[in-house]
Amino acid sequence: MTTPYTAPRPPMRETAEELRARIPGWGVDLDPADRPSYPRERYAPEETGAHWTLPEPQDGDPSRERSIEHSMLPPVYGTSCPTKGLSGVVRRYSYARFSEGRAAHWLLLLAADRIDVAESVLRSFATTRPDNPLTQTGLRAELTGHGLSSRRGRVDARHHVVDPVVVAGPWVLAGWAGWRAARRLRRALGR
Amino acid sequence: MKAMVYRGPYRVRVEEKPEPRIEHPNDAVVRVELAAICGSDLHLYHGMMPDTRVGSTFGHEFIGVVHEVGPSVRNLRVGDRVMVPFNVFCGSCYFCARGLYSNCHNVNPNATAVGGIYGYSHTCGGYDGGQAELVRVPFADVGPTKIPDWMDREDAVLLTDALATGYFGAQLAEIAEGDTVVVLGAGPVGLYAARSAWLMGAGRVIVVDHLDDRLEKARTFAHAETINFAEHRDVVVELKRTTDFLGADSVIDAVGAEADGNLLQHVTAAKLKLQGGSPIALNWAIDGVRKGGTVSVMGAYGPMFSAVKFGDALNKGLTLRMNQCPVKRQWPRLFEHVRAGHLKPSDIVTHRIPLEHIGEAYHLFSAKLDGCIKPLIVTDAA
Repeated sequence: MTTPYTAPRPPMRETAEELRARIPGWGVDLDPADRPSYPRERYAPEETGAHWTLPEPQDGDPSRERSIEHSMLPPVYGTSCPTKGLSGVVRRYSYARFSEGRAAHWLLLLAADRIDVAESVLRSFATTRPDNPLTQTGLRAELTGHGLSSRRGRVDARHHVVDPVVVAGPWVLAGWAGWRAARRLRRALGR
Repeated sequence: MKAMVYRGPYRVRVEEKPEPRIEHPNDAVVRVELAAICGSDLHLYHGMMPDTRVGSTFGHEFIGVVHEVGPSVRNLRVGDRVMVPFNVFCGSCYFCARGLYSNCHNVNPNATAVGGIYGYSHTCGGYDGGQAELVRVPFADVGPTKIPDWMDREDAVLLTDALATGYFGAQLAEIAEGDTVVVLGAGPVGLYAARSAWLMGAGRVIVVDHLDDRLEKARTFAHAETINFAEHRDVVVELKRTTDFLGADSVIDAVGAEADGNLLQHVTAAKLKLQGGSPIALNWAIDGVRKGGTVSVMGAYGPMFSAVKFGDALNKGLTLRMNQCPVKRQWPRLFEHVRAGHLKPSDIVTHRIPLEHIGEAYHLFSAKLDGCIKPLIVTDAA
């Protein structure tokens, strides 16, 4: 069946009364001007609870990395996981050199994330609780959460095969590289 | 204290971490009672968000009890039960003064394009999150609110992001009486957006996903029509067919960066991280909405570029509206709706998991096993 392209709006399938009867609260926020986010910008600093015009700065590290699109270090910031190691050098370079508008900024940060993971894995082997990909990936949920039947017929199951490669791939590559390095070292020492 | 800790893509565990301390006079430390895993946490978990550091604690949906307050805190006392919006915001900058709490300029050194978010990478400020026994809450006089006595604790934790974001998404869709609204994604935010669209007078609400249990929830919880996109060769054509070939008046993208439905887009974005996000849902929204219509984007995307069909958006004269939700701006109205029974957010909770089992919780939610729609993390049982 073809639908003619005419001016009237297609009629509502249910009347307002029918919708109100079927759906609790239908239309209680009908007036766009009476919705909480209208208008988008509404100058009302007295409503926020702030009793300062400028927050005082928190105790902290004035050399903390920041976007070069900021004029200064903002007064409040998170202090989780300060930069460290080679990943920290890459992160600080990315923040110091590139604005948020540059792909290089984000690609360097993503690269630093991967370096951070490698450094952290190595560091964990010097602790009493080394990284354990089996427990940390929560694979037990495959058993308790009906892994096979939950995926049956799902369109996204075809890329689930990629997930183990993404997770296990770096471990396999690192193990292979380590084995090659150890073999080369052993040969060099044996000469 | 015990806290969820990120160890690398797809790997998390519970660790003993130092307790957070008061670092600013208006800080509080909150002992977490209940937290949630958000769909956007999965972007961190999958290693998609730049500057997600090993050792950080996720979790931007949480409620708890005030454990300690800084010297300038006036509105809260130790022992108060509070719900904390996912936004960290100062209440006094140019943007906060205008109600754009999610765009605060005083709380995120790492980026100017996004405000502060608990437990959401250094790109969002470097704050630890609430999937832990204790969490630092900056600007305690601005963000947190005491939980009303009548409010269920699961409803309270869902108000800290998911419900507020879904409701906000429906507002940005600029719904008028009788409008046809399509919601892409039947996760928590999509379900709440669909339910909220009715409150704003929608005439039809259609939810699109590929997971049968979520589509069932869209029918029962959100009273919506549903489309399983996996059953259609081209879901955009199906959207046109069901809207008299005009397109929907508005479409809400409640999927974001890891959308399925196009293998190339999904793998290049979600797996290879070559895009800021997989814009499948966003492109379907652009193509499925009518000319002159509105696309509301609530799905989270990373800061890098994505292959968005911007030409179609231009040629169709669309209005694109989006933001991280300024949660606290929604609360007074949402409190009314929850109290009146118009919205019952906890109806979509499927799993309640102790903090000790955080690895399993993330895997369950990430792989969408066992019909998981919304997992809560119970920290007070830890």
